[in-house]
Amino acid sequence: MNSTIRNGLAALALAATAVAPAGAQQLTGAGATFPYPIYSKWFDVYHEKTGVAINYQSIGSGAGIQQVKAGTVDFGASDAALSDAALKDMPRRVVHIPTVGGAVVLAYNLPGFDGRIQLTPELVAGIYLGDITAWNDKRIAAANPGVTMPAAPILAVHRSDGSGTTNIFTLYLSSVSSRWKDVAGAATSVSWPSGVGGKGNDGVAGVVKQTPGAIGYVELAYAKQNQLPMAFVRNKAGKYVDPSAASVTAAMTGVAAQLAKDVRTPIVNSPAPEAWPISGLTFLIVYQDTKDAAKGLALARFLDWAIHDGQQYAGALGYAQLPEAIVKVNEGTLKLLTGGGKKLMAAANP
Amino acid sequence: MSRGRPDVVLPAGVHWRRRVANRVAIGGCVLATALVVLPLGLLVLRLLESGLHGLSLGFFLHMPKPVGEPGGGMANAIVGTLIVVGIGAAIAVPVGVAAGVYLAEYGREWLSGVVRYTADVLAGAPSIVVGVAVFGLLVMPMGHFSALAGGVALAVIMLPTVVRATEEVVRLVPASYRQAALALGAPGWVATLRVVLPAARAGVTTAALLAVARASGETAPLLFTALGNRFWSVHLDQPIATLPVMIYDYARAPYSDWNSQAWTGALTLLVLVTVLSALMRLATRNIR
Amino acid sequence: MTAGAPTRDATMVTVRERTPDTRRRWSADDAFALALRLASLAVLAAVLLLIWQTWLGSRPAIQAYGLRFLTGTAWDPVAEKFGALPYVVGTLVTSGIALLLAVPFGIGAAVFLSEIAPPRTGAVIAFLIELLASIPSIVYGLWGVFVLAPFLRTLVEPWLIKHLGFLPLFQGFPFGLGILPAGLVLAIMVVPTVTSVTREILRALPDSLRGAALALGATRAEAIGVTLDAARPGILGAVILALGRALGETMAVTMLIGNTNHLSWSLLGPGATMASVIANEFTEAVGKLHLAALFEVALVLFLVTLVVNAAARLIVLAATGGRRDVAGAA
Repeated sequence: MNSTIRNGLAALALAATAVAPAGAQQLTGAGATFPYPIYSKWFDVYHEKTGVAINYQSIGSGAGIQQVKAGTVDFGASDAALSDAALKDMPRRVVHIPTVGGAVVLAYNLPGFDGRIQLTPELVAGIYLGDITAWNDKRIAAANPGVTMPAAPILAVHRSDGSGTTNIFTLYLSSVSSRWKDVAGAATSVSWPSGVGGKGNDGVAGVVKQTPGAIGYVELAYAKQNQLPMAFVRNKAGKYVDPSAASVTAAMTGVAAQLAKDVRTPIVNSPAPEAWPISGLTFLIVYQDTKDAAKGLALARFLDWAIHDGQQYAGALGYAQLPEAIVKVNEGTLKLLTGGGKKLMAAANP
Repeated sequence: MSRGRPDVVLPAGVHWRRRVANRVAIGGCVLATALVVLPLGLLVLRLLESGLHGLSLGFFLHMPKPVGEPGGGMANAIVGTLIVVGIGAAIAVPVGVAAGVYLAEYGREWLSGVVRYTADVLAGAPSIVVGVAVFGLLVMPMGHFSALAGGVALAVIMLPTVVRATEEVVRLVPASYRQAALALGAPGWVATLRVVLPAARAGVTTAALLAVARASGETAPLLFTALGNRFWSVHLDQPIATLPVMIYDYARAPYSDWNSQAWTGALTLLVLVTVLSALMRLATRNIR
Repeated sequence: MTAGAPTRDATMVTVRERTPDTRRRWSADDAFALALRLASLAVLAAVLLLIWQTWLGSRPAIQAYGLRFLTGTAWDPVAEKFGALPYVVGTLVTSGIALLLAVPFGIGAAVFLSEIAPPRTGAVIAFLIELLASIPSIVYGLWGVFVLAPFLRTLVEPWLIKHLGFLPLFQGFPFGLGILPAGLVLAIMVVPTVTSVTREILRALPDSLRGAALALGATRAEAIGVTLDAARPGILGAVILALGRALGETMAVTMLIGNTNHLSWSLLGPGATMASVIANEFTEAVGKLHLAALFEVALVLFLVTLVVNAAARLIVLAATGGRRDVAGAA
């Protein structure tokens, strides 16, 4: 009798798969987890507006790039830009389109302490190198005059899984500490000299939340959700800044000229006065020439919408909007997109 | 007659020691059960605590919504799980039971030794490796993700459990059943199919359910095969949403709304498997 | 004498003589046996395909590192130095802890459910335990991080450090995350497998076994002992299944093990397993060598599984004295 039930279910399933309804364009994309909330908002709004169904799954930046390479998706998303070597590995030419920016913050857990903590770049590097092991270390006290730091050991929490957040954070550490650059370098996963690893942003936030004395780097939204206090970090211009979407946008503006030349330029340690030093962009990775012209057109139209109308949704979800300068860079990139050899944007914007 | 250890008749003087040993052994078993059920009970309580309030009709009928918009559900993921697990079971259960019967009936051939060994090795394959392998075998040639590939990946994960557990229970069916059937003139295959296998029905069902239960919670193999889908899709050759993947996505997000939906999703998965198991058990109940 | 149908084993007799002047025809029995064999070959095929795909992906790393991969302890994606030893050790240790805890408790529970508990209650509790196999491993992981880890960090680990800290196994700082919590969660995850399968085996044994023992004056516990002895090969099969699950378990372990590639003696410290490093880094690996190194870790995991299972087989053989059939009672 159980075989009858099973047969029944199989028949149902088969019946349901009968004919695929021909309809509006469907696109598939995969990649980074960091922008998943805003992308899911965008695709939902866009679907309602135009009927185009864009299915995005956050399987990881690296996996997204692998899928673009394998041709199993129409676009990929990555928090880390592709290096020149990785670009050469791609079967055809790809372009990077930054969509939003994000802040990587240092969240900490010091029960009973409710002052503000200021950290210099050297302190951040020192903590993660394992040189500074207590909160009341003289060097931390020096950056926080008039504040009594608690005598607790520091537990530096990092990401155990590969991630764009780690990439941004280690890019920052490499640019402010040559020792860090030698010891560990910058990538989506590195060999951490000390500390403990948590899985995912939520894992790191969880560990910090539960462990007194812990400090960890997470995306802004996670620190906010877990109500973790965040350290103020001194930026290149010498100001102690507090992380926010606006300070990330400022960071982008500070590097606008370099971004115009190469959109993959890291925006960490930006010289702008209000810039948050540990900022990063997230990219959509697209083939410059799409074989399927209809899909290419749909994608180009969506990208155009995302960098203009889509930006209004960024702030509410904790992401930084692209400043005008970067939007212009993107518009330039979009003009390069072709479908089967013919330029797409001309058709998209009559 | 029992083939176990020959029973020992102890002299009357040691009686109290055996009594004590008896009590201790039985007490130990009760304690063991309590300790096994305890963390599991705590888990279920936590699931209920975090997931129950999100459980509404809307959860089953609505599609996922972006963050911050109320009323989202997991309708597509629930159906998707049923489809993908269904495909997996449709492949793994017949093949696995057949292989298990083979191992039990032909246990002395060299091939059976090899198969038994490989089934155990397969049991230890990390689910993400299975997903990546099926990606290379099915998704790449097809050029896109599909529910079918997801089903195949789950089938590979289910297979060892079904095979080995089936073997163990079929092996325990008394030889006399088979001999009686043969003596009554039945050919070998009828004896196996109509007499031995039904006698092992309860155990085989347990094997299949154990495998299905485990596979329905797997996330990693589905990431590279069925991928996932925010939209409604029941086509076997398209990416499809599944509960474990959606739970995984929502649990990692920094939004309490999504986190609580993740717990509700986990609770739904448990409920789904419970209902399925209950139906199966009812259907194969041994009426003695 | 060659029977028309293949011989099963010593206790089975099929009577089909082949007379010299009959041509051997393909009988239904042969077809059935062929179908069964094909199904078994499917299992073989699945493993071979898996190993083949894994090997394909790991070729660049094999070429680059050779045997140093198995003995090296560095794991540096930036400098492209990869060594898998810490992960191998982590896998073996966590699986060992898992089995050490799951097997006695699981068998004890199975005995309770099939021999001691009233049948209805036993069936209900067994049903519940089976269902627990369906909880996604990510939920175990979340529960582990939010419930188990704090419990260990505040109550258990300080106690262990205080009373057993003279052993290098229990030295260190109580994090709550680490090898011990990962092993514990693994134990909880494989216990349903041990319990369910053992219970089925015990239930399938003929009642006459227990009856005979009791009739000869055995206490209940002793009768149970007889039953367990008869079920031994099957139970060992269940344990091997559980071991398999423990070796390959990914998500929950990843969330609890603390993830570091430094080898240390302490069970309280962070570690990593082969499955966890693959799960952690696979979806984000961009460098070709990094990806290939992860594939190679998967290949090594297969190798370890092969070796461990071979060892387990030998133990089973020794424990059962080569005997594979049980309880032929009518």
